Amino acid sequence: MFANVEFALACGEALIVTGANGSGKTTLLRMVAGLTQPHIGQLSWRGAPVAAFDHALRAATLYIGHAAALKDDFTAEENLLSLATLHGAAPDRVALGNALAEWSLGQHDDIPARVLSQGQRRRIALARMDLARRCLWVLDEPATALDASGVATLEKRVSAHLAARGVAVIATHKPLALAGIMRKLEL
Amino acid sequence: MSSIAWFRLASPASFFPLARRLVPWFSAGAAVLALAGLWLGLLVAPTDAQQGDAYRIIFIHVPAAWMSMFIYIVMAFWCAVSLTFNTRLAAMLAQALAPTGAMFTVLALVTGAMWGKPAWGTYWAWDARMTSELILLFLYFGYMALRNAIDDPRRADRASAVLALVGAINVPIIYFSVKWWNTLHQGASVSLTSAPTMAATMLAGMLIMAFAAWFYAIAITLIRVQAIIIEREQNTRWMGELLPWIR
Amino acid sequence: MAAILEITDDTRESRAWRGFAWSMTRDLNLAIRSKAELGVQLLFYVIVVTLFPLAVGAEPLLLRTLGPGVLWVAALLASLLSLSRIFAADYADGSLEQLALSPLPLPALISGKIAAHWMSTGFPLVAVSPLLGAQFGLTTDEGWLLALGLLIGTPTLSLLGAIGAALTLGLRAGGGLLALLILPLYVPILIFGAGSIEAVRAGLGASAQLSLLAAALLATLVGAPLAASAAVRIALD
Repeated sequence: MFANVEFALACGEALIVTGANGSGKTTLLRMVAGLTQPHIGQLSWRGAPVAAFDHALRAATLYIGHAAALKDDFTAEENLLSLATLHGAAPDRVALGNALAEWSLGQHDDIPARVLSQGQRRRIALARMDLARRCLWVLDEPATALDASGVATLEKRVSAHLAARGVAVIATHKPLALAGIMRKLEL
Repeated sequence: MSSIAWFRLASPASFFPLARRLVPWFSAGAAVLALAGLWLGLLVAPTDAQQGDAYRIIFIHVPAAWMSMFIYIVMAFWCAVSLTFNTRLAAMLAQALAPTGAMFTVLALVTGAMWGKPAWGTYWAWDARMTSELILLFLYFGYMALRNAIDDPRRADRASAVLALVGAINVPIIYFSVKWWNTLHQGASVSLTSAPTMAATMLAGMLIMAFAAWFYAIAITLIRVQAIIIEREQNTRWMGELLPWIR
Repeated sequence: MAAILEITDDTRESRAWRGFAWSMTRDLNLAIRSKAELGVQLLFYVIVVTLFPLAVGAEPLLLRTLGPGVLWVAALLASLLSLSRIFAADYADGSLEQLALSPLPLPALISGKIAAHWMSTGFPLVAVSPLLGAQFGLTTDEGWLLALGLLIGTPTLSLLGAIGAALTLGLRAGGGLLALLILPLYVPILIFGAGSIEAVRAGLGASAQLSLLAAALLATLVGAPLAASAAVRIALD
């Protein structure tokens, strides 16, 4: 699919991956998140080579892929609480409320997610950023279906993450205005 | 045998010419042994007092049954190697072994039925060994069906390897439970191995046929693994150099 | 500032328990909310069991002889019917990837899912089996023995089935392939389960069969989540 891809990221840097449809952006991101092993080549985290599903890598990564990982029968708040607990956190109601407000989801408390629009579902998926403190963010087309205010919130949160010495690998079609060092990779 | 030699051999590229060279030897060996075994079994071994000449089918039935179980163990071994070391060749060997193992299982079942009719009046007596053999056939079919159902070769390798290992762990349990079931229900059942006093020539015949089957299995597996290597590695450079007509 | 308590100073055991609890409660909640699927296995079980007297006639002695076998085979088939759903929904909406990437151990998460699956599909069979047994002329004692055997055996079926479900994730081949893969593994459970009632009828006790069923359950409790998580990772690769 793709060959001879090489990059290195330091704290506070973001890698923006662009490319045509089918060029392998999702595959690359899944390798970085530790879901897939590259056929040839090596992924290293903090100086040490890691295999797929490596425990240290998992503990440090937040992966938000194409699929929103939402349960249709849960409300936005229940989905967030469920995913946050899965990520190893235990947020209280205030933290959940703040996350929902940040992403403009506060009014949709009692509605099951199946009724929400694509943009709202994407916001719930992204709201996990507020609830799990992770060093590496791997975001696959995070701006899909987001309106302008959603994209603004996304840019704000990612920039804050980079400023706090986090690392991000983002695949995107739309250009994102981020404050931080951005490296580009075209597949 | 240094470890370096093994790892060099572990790539399909280096194994392929070796397989090609070995096939004629094993085929010839199988043919010679089969002739010897059949001569012993059909001509030299004495006629059985109770079963007449019909018993001679055991010279095919018993070696086939042994091979069906042995091949499953070897297949599971290569599956374990492929999962541990993440090598393609071990998975290809397992893939090549499965159809031969299934063939021997079918042969054992059919010859068992052919033996059953003249010996005990029924083609299928639901005895412990034949029933376990039938379940072994399902395990082989399951392995091959799972491989076929998965498009991605790497996922197919690894998923079927897990299945083969789970099956291998269960084979003794299944055999034990079927044996239990059989004793509970059949009472005085006849065992197909109770061919009573085995003349020395009978035993020798079966052993020679077993070796013949083993050599045959190796030869046919080496042929099949070459085909698998060609199919899966056809886009690599070494395959293009070795077999230019493949492009 | 609101509290997002990151639980970091914990042991593998406590993470395993948290993972188990999380996935079990989540799956049970989801099963209760989407009531559509509850009870389908139970109905299937009852229907299949009813088919046999229709096929072989209602002669009491025949039904009594066939009864334990029919009730066990139908339980196997009912269990098989629901297996693909253990992972299918999570695989489709991307949750399974999140489970595989979670710091909580994947075998524990899978064990929780299997526990929830058994509670919603296997346990109802156990509860209803003595009633169906009475239709086949089983005595009260035999009915209790049937229920006990199913109580120990159906979790094993769910555990083994989860391995098959994980191996066949996302494949077009569907239910037939899963049945081919899993039914040979089910054979010992069937033999010991149905055999326990035969043994009691023959005057021997059923303790041997029940102990073997329990041993199978313990072995599968340990081994199946590990095999299933290996299979899930292979499917996600």
